[in-house]
Parts: sequence; structure tokens; C-alpha cells
Amino acid sequence: MTDVIRTSVAFTIDGRECDARPGELIIEAAERAGTYIPRFCYHPRMEPVGMCRMCLVEVDGPRGATLQPACYLRVSDGMNVTTDSEKVKKAQDGVLEFLLANHPLDCPVCDKGGECPLQDQTLTHGSGETRFIEEKRHFVKPIEIGELVLLDRERCIQCARCTRFASEVSGDTEIAFAGRGDLIEVAPSPTVPFDSVFSGNVVQICPVGALTAKPYRFSARPWDLEQVESTCTACAVGCRIAVQSSGNRLTRVLGVDSEPVNHGWLCDKGRFTLDAIDANEESHDVLSPSTRITEPLVRRDGILVAVGWGEALAEAAAILREAADTPDGVGAIGGAALTNEGAFAWERFVRGVLHSEHVDAQFGDGLDGALLQALPRATIDEASNARCVVTLTGDLREELPVLFLRLRESAVHKGHDLVEMSTGASALRSVSRLSLSVRPGEAHLVARALVTGVAAKGLAITEAELAEARTLIGENGEGVVFVVGRPNLAEGAQVVEGAIRTLAEGFAGATFLPALRRANVNGALDMGLAPGLRPGRGYDSAARGRDTPAQLDALIAGEQKAVLLLGGDLLGNVLDVDRAIAALDAASVVAVTGHGGPTLAYANVVLPAAVAHERIGTATNVEGRVTSLAAMIGAPGSAWSDVAIAGELAEEFGQNLGLGSIEETARAIEETTGYPALSVLNDGSCDGVLFGRYDVTPTRNPLDPMAFPGIRSAYSIGLAARVGSTESSPAGPSSATTRATLANLPDAPSVDVPLADAYSLRLAVTRRLYDRGTAMLGSPALAALIAPSVVGLNHFDLDRLGVASGELVAVSGSESTVTLPVRLDDAVPRGAAEIAFNTLAPTGENALAVLVDHPSVISQIRLETL
Amino acid sequence: VATVDAPLIVSARAEYADSFTLARYLETGGYAGLRKALTMFPEDVAKEVDAASLLGRGGAGFPAGRKWSMLRKSPVSYLVVNGDESEPATFKDHFLVERDPHQLVEGVIIAAYALQVSQAFIFVRGEFALGLERVQQALNDAYELGALGSHIFDSDFSLDVVLHPGAGAYICGEETALIEALEGKRGFPRIKPPFFPAVTGLYGEPTVVNNVETMSNLPWIINHGGAAFAALGAGRSTGTRLFALAGRVNRPGVYEVEMVKNTFRDLIFDPHFGQGVINGAAVKAFIPGGVSAPWFGPELLDLALGQDEVAEKGSMLGSGSIVVFDETTCVVRAAWRITRFFSRESCGQCTPCREGSGWLERVLYRLEHGGGRDEDMDLLLDLCDNIAPGLGWPPQQTTICVLGSSIPSSIHSAISMFKDDFFEHVRHGGCPL
Repeated sequence: MTDVIRTSVAFTIDGRECDARPGELIIEAAERAGTYIPRFCYHPRMEPVGMCRMCLVEVDGPRGATLQPACYLRVSDGMNVTTDSEKVKKAQDGVLEFLLANHPLDCPVCDKGGECPLQDQTLTHGSGETRFIEEKRHFVKPIEIGELVLLDRERCIQCARCTRFASEVSGDTEIAFAGRGDLIEVAPSPTVPFDSVFSGNVVQICPVGALTAKPYRFSARPWDLEQVESTCTACAVGCRIAVQSSGNRLTRVLGVDSEPVNHGWLCDKGRFTLDAIDANEESHDVLSPSTRITEPLVRRDGILVAVGWGEALAEAAAILREAADTPDGVGAIGGAALTNEGAFAWERFVRGVLHSEHVDAQFGDGLDGALLQALPRATIDEASNARCVVTLTGDLREELPVLFLRLRESAVHKGHDLVEMSTGASALRSVSRLSLSVRPGEAHLVARALVTGVAAKGLAITEAELAEARTLIGENGEGVVFVVGRPNLAEGAQVVEGAIRTLAEGFAGATFLPALRRANVNGALDMGLAPGLRPGRGYDSAARGRDTPAQLDALIAGEQKAVLLLGGDLLGNVLDVDRAIAALDAASVVAVTGHGGPTLAYANVVLPAAVAHERIGTATNVEGRVTSLAAMIGAPGSAWSDVAIAGELAEEFGQNLGLGSIEETARAIEETTGYPALSVLNDGSCDGVLFGRYDVTPTRNPLDPMAFPGIRSAYSIGLAARVGSTESSPAGPSSATTRATLANLPDAPSVDVPLADAYSLRLAVTRRLYDRGTAMLGSPALAALIAPSVVGLNHFDLDRLGVASGELVAVSGSESTVTLPVRLDDAVPRGAAEIAFNTLAPTGENALAVLVDHPSVISQIRLETL
Repeated sequence: VATVDAPLIVSARAEYADSFTLARYLETGGYAGLRKALTMFPEDVAKEVDAASLLGRGGAGFPAGRKWSMLRKSPVSYLVVNGDESEPATFKDHFLVERDPHQLVEGVIIAAYALQVSQAFIFVRGEFALGLERVQQALNDAYELGALGSHIFDSDFSLDVVLHPGAGAYICGEETALIEALEGKRGFPRIKPPFFPAVTGLYGEPTVVNNVETMSNLPWIINHGGAAFAALGAGRSTGTRLFALAGRVNRPGVYEVEMVKNTFRDLIFDPHFGQGVINGAAVKAFIPGGVSAPWFGPELLDLALGQDEVAEKGSMLGSGSIVVFDETTCVVRAAWRITRFFSRESCGQCTPCREGSGWLERVLYRLEHGGGRDEDMDLLLDLCDNIAPGLGWPPQQTTICVLGSSIPSSIHSAISMFKDDFFEHVRHGGCPL
């Protein structure tokens, strides 16, 4: 006899025969069968709790038909479910009446009014009259439960969505129920504020107006909002979002439930930094990140003055043309914040017009794009479903927050093994099966040990840890996903790149998910914005160009005369700020940017560009998923899209890029390389296309407005109307270039790590989500959350130094000294010290600028008591 | 005339002032049941309990032997003893933990042996300060004696028992809330299915949860045999039972009574027990089994004290708490006080219980203190119907646990039995008594 695996169970709903998936909840099976059961606490992305009782339906059982919660009971064979009987109706009406008993009914002044599940269901099911004449429950309202979230306990209906999100999804337990009976309340921890970087999600999923976000409160009424679906580019996860505006101002970003990517969740940086986009249009301080550049600027007598586009383009062209006259005289840096179309246009300009191979979208803080092309790739879903995930990254909650949520889900709810190779604090540590301590400059040695089973002397991992890790990974790594990024920015990229090559060669069955974190850096690399790379994820192994550190050296040496900055924040993205300033000082600088910033002090010409939510296009996330970007508002002043700027600048050289519009650019990308730009741009309601992986087709679940209140249209929300075109795309295979493979990459450089001296600590520079980047500094809502620099130390080193956590110490690099507080953190390996990138010391100094030696493989610092 | 010739099974030692000490316990036959059990096969111990057909004494009256047989086979399983007795007028477990803690401990060890679990927990209501102290002392004594710990009385059986004080929530008497609380979480009852902790209980493992009185019966059952226990009482209600008698009686207290052989009238009026109503007044009504139970009128005083006998008349013997009302008792006030208790002790999870209990309490308060309206009685009944549809017995549930469906009992009883009292409150602008 053969075992039959059941793929469906038959049940009856209101007399109709239906099919359900085995183990499916009644509420889900009914919805697929076209019967919508009212609900409040049920949320498709969290465990059911059956608390609100709104979804009571009659289910036949041994004691006859009884009322059961449809959100909790699973369909079984032959089950008979009734959702429309008088008994069900009375029970549901009763629950709704009970919910409203203590609810304040202050809808006219409530932010949720107009998009409130409770309001909507009251209109559909409610009696319209209240029988409750008693005094309602009272609480002080609202209370601040974190930096960004306010709680009005009188409006709360105790659905436990927020508390479940915090404990189940993000792992932040600072909010929980307190009290009993109808005085039960969601309460913040008395000692720890709810400062989760995911706090905005609880506001979004609140089915009433109990939780509100400070940045959005009282700023709009839902019925005044326009909405488009787009992709978040605050980091490279590529979360799908609904962008909403009122007038020509952005008002709100909400997470859209994309099955392969974000499950509806967003981080607070992605959700709340939209105010950096339309903040301060009136400001004229071009050195401030909160200033939008609205007009072309040209330096006259040392001062940037506003000019017309014609003049600015001519000036920019003159600078670039003159520099291009000398061989290797010009290059471009940046481009990670561009759309794929913008990146493609600039790639065409730099290679085709300036004939330069010196182009790099990264700042020496990323990974070799050719190496990433050569790796067998994994998707986010594949990582989340892998039996074992190994991370060699910084703290993913700080770098790619929603990827952290997906991996946490894998470890906590699916029980998969997580092995963490970490150099500093990491939020995944508490859910990891195993944490391997990796000191700066040793990642390649740890990788070698994982492959061979033999650890080099002096590594920070034990024999037992190594053996366990090798067991978890298995013989050839089948079913394992390595998530690889840059754990330490003060360490030469060759260390972690060497580790990645070792792992790829040693574990042939494993796949890789690159964790490059900056906006659309993956798209920029796919569009060829790096030496040796070509549009359509192509590779030319013969091409030799300068990456960003090499361009800065060449500028200082006078070998390169000019630089085109694609994005305005070079100084905020390099460790060695002094060297970058010296390079910019020596060079002629053309900057294309939408935001002001200190870098513009060195610009000769500034060309204003549209930024996120102001231009359409496509973006590519960490897994290579190409998704659409929508324009919700117009760019301020006379800012143009990058495609237009690149095209017009080419015209100044007498050349036509042939990219008349963003759609035409997308078409050119797709026609010449097969990269699915136009097809994604035209398909407004999809979760994108994985380039090179046509086997994975995402399906969009209908969006339940009860689960994601505020996002209008339950079934699909889309861009199509805005883009307006429904032409099919001429997708074809890539033709122009080859693909990088481990075989055609140049040999890995040898890694020589200087010996540690007994008095020094190896510096680990890690990333914080809330750093002093343009989006954060430009955002009034979030700028206050940027924490100052501290030195993280293991307790051994803290004891050796004889200081307590919180005390100040003198930190010395090779040349200078800064004063920083120390913090105890045993996640930092012995002999290392962790400092966050792009933060300031309490004294206001940029500590890293004075501490980091470049271009050495590792940086060493000394700590002394004051 | 009450039948008082049955042996005292769980309250025999109460006559001694030092009934809680190990010395007295040993002197009065203590730990003989355990020693005997250890000579038997564990399944034979369970068979004796099955033969006794001991009904659980926590309130639901589920046969203990059957509960044990549902325990899923698993390498790890737990025994949890529920001593979180917190309901108004229920105090029979309170009596047992304070007056005979060793009997409880011995029962726990016998049950653990029968179930072959090596870890048990006794969860005692936090307010029972003296009881907690005495149970802990009994556990310490038992370890000292060799009745607990490794190789009990030199057998191959080992057991550890942990005493856990409750933190002041009635709801933790609900077995799944108790398990949550034991796990260190907020005491929210778990959603069903799974219906029984025997499938998924403490720390996700199979768990048997038994009441303190149930456990306290085990030493006698093992010493005398299940058949001797089953010979007492009648029908499904075997053995004796502790009743907590309260309200308008001359001698309230805890009385051990052979089941079925006596009636409510015997318990309330017999000189051995309640000695009649205060001032010789007439019984207006009585609660037969705790504040969750529908009330009975005086016409049911001659009903036998048996589980099925009471169930047939539409109520329950429940937790063994009997509260007597006379004409000085305001039924509106009684219903209000009971509802206020449920409202304050609702865990807050399910909307009908959380919001319904608070609403009902406010309406009853208004009726009792002035401000009642004629339409309030219909409102009360309809709100009750929304919590327990149909208002039948046993009640239908709209909530995760039975606390919700317990709320309507007193209100429904009070209005249907004494509607005029309610209208009198409306007319009088408050309580006329």
C-alpha cells in the first residue's frame, strides 16, 4: 500500500462544499472560498490567539453545533461550518457591542478614523445604537511608550497584535499586558522604553487608533491621501511599501505584505525617514543634509550660486571633458541611491561618453561585485527556509532590518539552525544555535577552519565550536545558506572576500545571500557601476578600473583630475574622512544629488536630482529581485531625474544616450541585457522578478484591510495607473557580456594581517541603523535617535583596562586621540574593540576619522584610562 | 437526619492541633499508603484509583483515573497539583493545605508513582501564607524522611516536588492558566484545542493537573483499596467529599460528608454540620457548588449531595462551596458581588468576558445603589446571553475558558427566581433592605 499525502480536505461552509489545505485555519479557508469572517485580533503573519472572539462561527461537533473561533480552529475533513446563522450573528454583534462598550468613540479626532477596522465593522455589523449608559473606563491618554510611538489605552481593544508583534516577530519584549478585567492595558516596561527599530509596525497593525506614530499623528485624514505601491530603498532588503501623500507632500509609508520579501513589516528608518525628502525645501544651507537641492549650483568666487540648467551642464561638461583629456583623468563615485535606470544612464555616460572604467557605486565598504556574481545565489525565502543559515555580516538588525526579521522567524518559529560568525554585538545572537567569535582580520582563517576542520593557532573559536559548526553545515554545505556582508569596515575587504571564496569553494552545495546594505547598491552593481562590471550583471575580466579608495588615491596623487559624484554624501560614507577631503580638495568635483551635505563644500558644480518617491524606476534588492519604484510627488524646484541629467550632460559632449525617458531607459536595459526593468516597471502589482531565477514566481496574497489597515484596496494596489503603459516587454537573454565565475575571477590577494601587539586592540567598525547618514540627519523625526559613539569591549579587556562600563577612556590611533565612553559587550571578541560607523563622540568629534589607518588590512587602537 | 457513619477520609486528623506535623502524621498512619504503593506496579496503583472512581474535586468532576489514562506517552511528563483555590466562599483546599499538608504530599507522591513522573509541582494560592509555609515544611520533612528525592524509601522511584506560590490571580486556578503561570508567564488560559494538558501541558509536555483534595484522597484509597472508596456514596459519586458551608448558617465551616447519602438540608441543618439558618430564618435560596453555579430554591433542599443529582436539576456541585441565603440576603447585591468578583478576575483576553463582566457589574451596581431602570433586567439577560448563548446549563461558551460562561449563572438565577426583588430595587431607587 502506498501512503497518500493529502493535499486538501473537504469541508462545508454555509452549506457549500469547499476545499481547504490540510491544517488550514477556518478563517483562511473560508476567505479563499469567498466567505469573509469578521476579525480583529487575527493577523495572517502572527500566531492566532483567539482573543477578540469576533470570528466566532458555528462548528458541528460531538455536542452539536458550538461557537468556535474561526481564527484558531483548523479545518478537518467533513467539518460543517456555519457563518450566517442567527446564533453566529448574535454572538458577533454581541462581541462588537462589547468592544464598543469602553471604546471612547472619539472617531472625529482619532487618526484611525476613516481607515479603522473597528469603525468599518461597526458600520457593517453594528446596531447603530448604544445600550451602554455607564461611565467608560478612563486612562491617562496618550502615553509615550517609545521615542516614536504613543499609546491611547482608552481606545485599545486588547487584540494583542502589538504585543505579539513585539514578542513573536521582532523579539522586543518591552510591551506586554498588565492589569485584569476591563482594566487590562498594554503597558510598556517600567524600565526599558519600547525603542525597537520596528516600532512603527505595531502602529500599522493596530486595528484601532490606540497606537499612533509621532511623525504621522494629526498630519492628514486618510480620505485625503493618495497612494501608490513602491519599494523602500532605505536599505537593500527591498520591502514593498504603500507611499501616501496629501497635496504634494509625503505623509506616510506603510508596509505591504510581499510574500517573498517583507511580509508587511518595515523598519522605522524605512517607515519614518520620508520627512527627509520634503523637509526644509526653503533651507539654503547646502552643507546641511536636511536641505533639498532644488536648483543647479555652480561655484563662483568660492561660493555655490544658483544658475540655470544650461549653464550648469556646460560647466559640468567642461570640467569632465578637460579631465577626460588626460588618460585615466576622470572617474565616478557613488550611485547606490539611484534607480536601476539612473544607474544605467550614468554607466552609459561614464563608459560611453567619458570612456572611463573608473566607476564605483561602493565606498570601499562593500564587497567585490564580480565575486558576488560568481557565487551561487539564494533568495531571502530560501535563507528563511534553509535548514541552516550561517551569517558572516555585521548586526543584521542594524544593517538589513527586515532580513533580520526573516532570519529570526526561521530560527525561532521554524526551528532552523543559525550559526553566527560575528565580530560585535548582534541581535541574532540570542536566537543563534552557535556564535563563532571572529576577531578583526581573521574571518578568512575561520572560514578555512570551517572547511578543513583545522583551526589556525590563536583563533577566538574553540575546538568544540568548530566541530559543532562543521556538523551543522555538513559535508558539502547542501541546504546551507551563507549570508555574507562586511562585519567590520575597519578591515580590508580582502579578509571577508577571502573567507567567502574559501566557503564557496569548500562547500559546493551551499548558496549565498549577499548582504550589501546600501539602498539600491545591488542594482547599481547589476548596472555595471563598478570596475569590471557591465549592465545586466555582466563582467569583463579584462577591464581594469579604480574602485573608490583607488580613485581617492589617484585624485590625491594628481593622476585623476575630476570626479563625478553620483549622490552627495561621499564624506559620510568613508572611514578616512581626511583622505577623502584631501582628494576632493585636489580635484574638480561635479556632484549630482538631491540633498545637501558637507561634501558639497568641495563641489564645483551641483546638479539637483530627484530622489526616492519623486521618480519612477526599478530597484534590485539583496537577492537580486527587481521591483518597481513609484513617483508619488514631484521633485522640488527644477530637479531632474538622473536619466534626464545623464542624457543632457551627454548632449553637452555631442552624444545621444538614446534614453529619452525612464521608460525608454528601462526598455533599453531589458532589450540589451535581458534585465527585467521594463517588464517590472509595467507590472504595477507584482512582487518583482528575480533576475536570473525564473523558477521562482511570487504570488501576491490579497491584502486584508483588517490585517493592514490604512492600505486601501484589498486585492491589489498598484502602480499601473501611474506608469500608464501595459506594453509587454521584449525580455531576452543577456548577450553583451559574460558572467563572473569563481574560475574567471582574478586570484584572491593574499591577506597579511599584522601581528597584534600586546597593548593594542583590533578595531571593529560596525554599522548602526540610526547613523549620521543623509536620510537620518535630514529626518526631523529620527535625527534625535542617533546615538553617540561608544567603544564596545569584552569584559576581559575592560577588566584589564581597569574601567567600568560607561566610563570615559582615551582612544588612540596611529596619529591622534579621542575620548570615548566604554560599554561592556561580551559579543566583542577578546582583543578587539567595537565602534559604530558614522556616529559622533560625545565631544562631537568623528572618532573614526582620527583612528583608522588606511589602507592597512586591520586597524589597531590603544585605550588608556584618563 | 444526617448519615455520619462513613469514615473520614481526608479530614480525620483535623481533631489534632498538631495535625500538620510529620510526627502526628506518622503516628496516625502517615506514609503507609506510599510504602504500600511502592510495592505495587504503577499501573496497579492507577487501577485502584480507577476502581475508586474518584471524581476530580476541583470543580469539573472529571474522573481522576480517566484523566491519568489520557496522559500521552512521553519521555518527559509532569504532575501539577492545583491549590489555587480563590473563589469567594470556597475554602476546602485551604483547610487541607493548612491542616494536613503531609496527606497532600503523600497523595502527590503516590500519583507521581502511578504516572511515573519524576517532577511534580504544587501550585498554591499566594494568599495562603500559612498553607504555603506548612506545605513547604511538609516537603522538607518528606525529603528528610526519604519519601521524596532520589530512590524514595529505597525503591527505584525518584521524585522532586516544587512548591510554587500563586501571584494573586483567580484565573490561575484554570489549569492552562496555571501552567502558563508556572512557566513564568502571565496567567492567560490557553486556547483550546488541545483540550487537555495531558496532550500538551507544562513546557509543552504531557501533564496531569489534579486538585489538592483529589490528591489528598489517594493515601486512604491505597491503604483501603479502591473498592472500599467506591463502596461509599452512590452512583458516579463515590467516597466522601469536603463541603465548604457558608452564608446565613449558624456554623459555617468545612465538613466531610459521604456523597449522595446526605442532602443539602442535612448539611445546612444537622447538628453535626451547619446547625441551621441564623435566627431560625427560612432558606431563601442557596448556591449548591460555588459562585459559578446556578442557584437553587428551598424546594431543592432535599436533593442529595451527588454530582449527577445536582446536574440533573440544572446546576453543579462544582467546587463544593455551598452558600445559604435567607430573607435578609439581597439577591441583587449577591449577584452584584459575585459579578464584581468575576469582572475583577477576568484575565482580559476574551472580549465577552472582559467587557461583558464589567458592563454587567456596572448595571447591577446601579440597580443596587439607585439608578436602576425597568429595562435593565432585559439588558442584563441579553448581555448574559451574548456571553453564554442560550443561558442553558451546562452553558455554551464564547470564550477561551469557562470563567466567561460562569458569569451569567448568578445573574440569570437571581432574575429568574426573584424578578420582583429587582423591580422593587428600581421602584425603591436602590436596595430596600
